Amino acid sequence: MKRKKSIKERLREWDADAFDLTERTAGPMHPAPAAPEEEKPEEPPAPERETRLGSRALRILYSVLAALFGTVMLSFLLATASELPPYGAAENPVHNAVSERYIRDGMRETGAVNIVAGVILDYRAFDTLGESHVLFTALTAVLILLLGEGVHRESTGQIRMQQDRIVTNTASVLTPIIILFGVYGILTGHLGPGGGFSGGSIVGAGLILHSVAFGYDRLGRYLNIKTFRIVCFAALAFYSLSKCYSFFCGANGLHTVFSPGVPGRILSAGLILPLNIAVGVVVACTMYGLFSVFQRGKI
Amino acid sequence: MENFWQQLWNARIAVAAMTLFAVGFVTLLLHRNLLKKIIGLNIMETAAYLLLTSLGFIEGRLSPIVLGENTDPLLYVNPLPAGLVLTGIVVSVSVTAVMLALTVRLYARYHSLNLDDIYAMAQREHGVN
Repeated sequence: MKRKKSIKERLREWDADAFDLTERTAGPMHPAPAAPEEEKPEEPPAPERETRLGSRALRILYSVLAALFGTVMLSFLLATASELPPYGAAENPVHNAVSERYIRDGMRETGAVNIVAGVILDYRAFDTLGESHVLFTALTAVLILLLGEGVHRESTGQIRMQQDRIVTNTASVLTPIIILFGVYGILTGHLGPGGGFSGGSIVGAGLILHSVAFGYDRLGRYLNIKTFRIVCFAALAFYSLSKCYSFFCGANGLHTVFSPGVPGRILSAGLILPLNIAVGVVVACTMYGLFSVFQRGKI
Repeated sequence: MENFWQQLWNARIAVAAMTLFAVGFVTLLLHRNLLKKIIGLNIMETAAYLLLTSLGFIEGRLSPIVLGENTDPLLYVNPLPAGLVLTGIVVSVSVTAVMLALTVRLYARYHSLNLDDIYAMAQREHGVN
């Protein structure tokens, strides 16, 4: 039984660059005892550290130079900041005709009460499409990196999280509320604060809390790699199909295929609500997927 | 000189953002631990978002959610920086995830997070010295 370290000791270790990851016995970070033999460093690592930067004097010189460079950069930045227009003034040059136009006509044209939602999911929906694809591509890259061959790891069985009573009880009360709040954020993204990205990350956080508290098996029954693929593909394909016509219209939006409806109703604002749902689904899946891949090496 | 400080105070959020940026940059330079480098990069990103969002703010105006039918542009703050920062946040989350995955791979291979150790071991592996 290892003695628990005090916070002070932990801080000192962190400071001394000796933060020991092997203490946490969870996840793919767990160094396999059956690690490839030829990579076991036989000699103590202390002399190795000298090889890259030569000697200790050079390391100190490097640190001093880095701090100096940071200071010089900061002074340049501050000199620039003193030339910036004052904070919060209405006559600043960024508040130009574009934002005025969005505010004046945004609700009439898109039907969204939340002007930011109208901008990112209607006027600039193509931009947001690329954005959700960036998220999806990052998840794919992480999957390739961590699930591909070559990651030496024991068979990724379920890693037992500490079944803490406080965590379990809190999660059983809070998880439905958190997920409901996230869904509310997604569904009312065009009416107020919220939207696909924030609501989706709240839902993802709720899923992560659930899987931390109750293990992966319960969630894995309906959220495995198969549903994951289908849901992500459906959401992204729907988004692409509904917005890729910009390619053929020369980046001009089409007018009122779906009517904006009455601003303020839940079923209004044309495509913004379905697009919000699609983005929220992708974001929630990505959040939970990233956590799951990093934590135990599979979805 | 007083004028200079006055101007700095007028752009106080920008000053905070730039200080954060410098902190993140020096963290990135000084530490040899890959995780700490990623933390430094994230601090820099946060600084950029702070600067961008602060540019959109207008003193005494409301958030850009239309009240009733009132679409007077003089009533709301600028909605554009919020949308742009949203894009930035998503991209930074993605980049952080990819960097962490690469770090996991490096750790699985070399059992170290120190960049110098990793360099040394990789060089020895490939016979370079």
